Amino acid sequence: MSGIAMPRPDEAVLSRREEIVRALKEMVPGEGVIDTDIGMRVYETDGFNAYRQMPMVVVLPETVEQVSAVLRYCHENGVKVVPRGAGTSLSGGALPLGDGVLMSMMKFNKVLDIDAANRAVVAQPGVTNLGITRAVEHLGFYYAPDPSSQIACSIGGNIAENSGGVHSLKYGLTTNNVLGLEMVLITGEVIRLGGKHLDSEGYDLLALMTGSEGLLGVVTEVTVRILQKPETARAALVGFPSSEAGGQCVAEIIGAGIIPGGMEMMDELAINFAEDFVNVGYPREAGALLIVELDGPEAEVDHLLSEVEAIARRNGASSLRVSTSEEERLAFWAGRKSAFPAVGRISPDYLCMDGTIPRRALPQVLARMRELSEKHGLRCANVFHAGDGNLHPLILYDANKPGELERAEDFGADILRLCVEVGGVLTGEHGVGIEKRDLMPVMFSEDDLKQQQRVKCAFDPKQLLNPGKVFPELHRCAELGRMHVSKGQLPFPDIPRF
Amino acid sequence: MPDTFKPRTAEEARDVVRWAAAEREPLEIVGQASKRALGRPVQAGHVLDMSGLAGIELYEPEELVLTALPGTPIAEIEAALAAKNQELAFDPLDYGPLLGNPAGQGTLGGVIAANLAGSKRLKHGAARDHVLGMDAVSGRGEIFHSGGRVVKNVTGYDLPRALTGSWGTLAVATRITLKVLPRAQTEATFLLSGLGDAEAATAMTAAMGSSAEVSAAAHLPAAAAQDLAARGHTLSGPSTLLRLEGFGPSVDYRFEQLRALLGADRPVVRVEADASRALWRAVRDAEAFAGTDDLVWRLSVAPTAGAAVVAQLAGRFACKAFYDWSGGLVWLAVPGTDARAEAIRAAIAACGGGHATLVRAPAPLRSSIPVFQPQPAPLAALSARLKEQFDPHGILNPGRMTAGH
Repeated sequence: MSGIAMPRPDEAVLSRREEIVRALKEMVPGEGVIDTDIGMRVYETDGFNAYRQMPMVVVLPETVEQVSAVLRYCHENGVKVVPRGAGTSLSGGALPLGDGVLMSMMKFNKVLDIDAANRAVVAQPGVTNLGITRAVEHLGFYYAPDPSSQIACSIGGNIAENSGGVHSLKYGLTTNNVLGLEMVLITGEVIRLGGKHLDSEGYDLLALMTGSEGLLGVVTEVTVRILQKPETARAALVGFPSSEAGGQCVAEIIGAGIIPGGMEMMDELAINFAEDFVNVGYPREAGALLIVELDGPEAEVDHLLSEVEAIARRNGASSLRVSTSEEERLAFWAGRKSAFPAVGRISPDYLCMDGTIPRRALPQVLARMRELSEKHGLRCANVFHAGDGNLHPLILYDANKPGELERAEDFGADILRLCVEVGGVLTGEHGVGIEKRDLMPVMFSEDDLKQQQRVKCAFDPKQLLNPGKVFPELHRCAELGRMHVSKGQLPFPDIPRF
Repeated sequence: MPDTFKPRTAEEARDVVRWAAAEREPLEIVGQASKRALGRPVQAGHVLDMSGLAGIELYEPEELVLTALPGTPIAEIEAALAAKNQELAFDPLDYGPLLGNPAGQGTLGGVIAANLAGSKRLKHGAARDHVLGMDAVSGRGEIFHSGGRVVKNVTGYDLPRALTGSWGTLAVATRITLKVLPRAQTEATFLLSGLGDAEAATAMTAAMGSSAEVSAAAHLPAAAAQDLAARGHTLSGPSTLLRLEGFGPSVDYRFEQLRALLGADRPVVRVEADASRALWRAVRDAEAFAGTDDLVWRLSVAPTAGAAVVAQLAGRFACKAFYDWSGGLVWLAVPGTDARAEAIRAAIAACGGGHATLVRAPAPLRSSIPVFQPQPAPLAALSARLKEQFDPHGILNPGRMTAGH
């Protein structure tokens, strides 16, 4: 394991392991508790597999009552809990703790209610993202957020990570598409937020829960908004001599009032890796490749595609194809969607980064990334959600070569610092987890982080849910609660008063 | 006579809050105070007037982002966006007419504090869905920064969204960053006449479930339609309105889609762009209920539940209703002095759940009955703990949302 330190295991809890396992087996009978090494092995890592850690015990509850009982027991006994969905996190959000219970929610796998009239689906958290769309596509509906792991990732995990996807510019992230939750607090209390109606009657706790990376509660039911499938979708595949030209084209498309369903960019290295892999006719000589997908009523799509074509030509497109069939549209996407496996074929290992930048900073960021690539002696291919500025640099390395993982991590950290420096953020959709935890101070001050941790204190004052993730330093809630304010005269004689 | 503090910078605002925290002196936080008659009346000896922190700091149309200080008039922001053919897609509701104030007042901070969204909330989301970043002063007198200026951001808890709609009870915003969107090139409204409430709900849900990309769907029963007709809108009898926005050819195409779906055996009227915009402003701002003394509620329920809730209530006491958000938002006017809070909330619970907010009532009534929907005990306790973490001495807008916070 490399440089990211996890909280020191609690020896007192570890010494009580047998008793804890026995208690869990009473709460979750049958095969719901796994305590053998061989059985727990599959849970030792997630999609961020450079890090591994065996949990103390794994529990797979099947009912809300079981979730509640387990959490209440852990709360009363000071035992840490790591919630887990499908385990596809790319930031180590579901990395177990050696002295913690790993709670897998994958037995919560049913779609409970399909309500087409209210355009809502109620599902258990272990249902996959794609499973929601599959459940409603016969009615002409789909669930919009589409992270690239959508075949495997769970909707509960999507809530935890506030997952995005290639369509988020037009259709939003998870937070914009979730209507309600049922969740269990670490105390075992069951709470419902939202429902099939809109907006919150009080504080928007749904907003806090979405993207909270398993630190605030365990989700046991999700209500999401579904949308009618667009009547049609067509894509343009445009090559540019440089990423500057491609970036300018993107800015002009949006400046013309067009919000494409998807808008993706790839750099030269990524274009060639993808083309080697799927061979769909990407222009290998291009410095940047742009896929612009327009969806909606046919009349609108045709109208806007002609505008996009004109904008692309004005910006010096070196090649331009517009899909004329569904097969062709999917072929345009095939290369982009296989970018990760394509890189995986060329390099033994790669790190997938996930910063977001203001779009106009793209040329500057790409140029700096080329310098960093030389500095660290590692190659880096770029795929980019061009519409919303979300970068996915793929850093190629070989874990079997001593020091390469560390160099790749340093390179990645440099890229994320660069994202923040140009006005962006550390993570657009993969989450902080353990991966970016220690970089949080690059983006947030001490006071900023303390205020976030106070949210944690409202939900989980003993900090038993997924500790060691997101925040670089664990402050005790009592310490965070202190106020350092001295009484005195009005300290601001010159502020206007009436 | 309460003191009013009018800071010019975030640091000055922080100093006022820090003093208030040390002295345990509650503050009422206002911009233009245009929404003072909304929510529970605040009990505070001092006013923190944020209208001095005003101005658009950053607006990059091609990046779809705008940063402004909280005291910036919302009208100024909308004008700046309109000049670049962009808009706030959440369509902030203007409470002016309903509350007996002029239209067009209010600040960005007020819109965000109250999470104000209009008819287009149905398609584009609420104000909170467009908030990307916020700097604020907590009740501890600490300035903190949250979120960012990019759309895709999952770095830490989503505080900017969570602070939206907290009515100034958690923190005082000092800078707000929003996602903005292109304004539709044109629009039209598909108008069906003569439908009963339940029939209208069915028509609206059918339209929302089609690929016609309806951006707003409202139904005005006869009385509400007549109220708007009296204000100069061309309506007669029950009117069901479906809003189509976008590029010209697309609007025309989708209009015909709706005609095929809903207009086969009914007369259909096309309301053209300017009249459509004016009509939707009147719907959004509940102008049908402006200028009366009725108590006014706003109910949020599942779209198919709206008509059922109203049917239950209409059988029990005199009231007038109209529907937005495809039937999921019910505006309800209750004459007299009894707000009927329990009956209204019981009907919502019986029809699948949701919440009701008393949006227009005399101050004594707003102090004595829960203006916002009461929460179950564990949720109310969690909300109270959150308040305590942000504002341990309860000095920010105390009593605005509940007797506790």
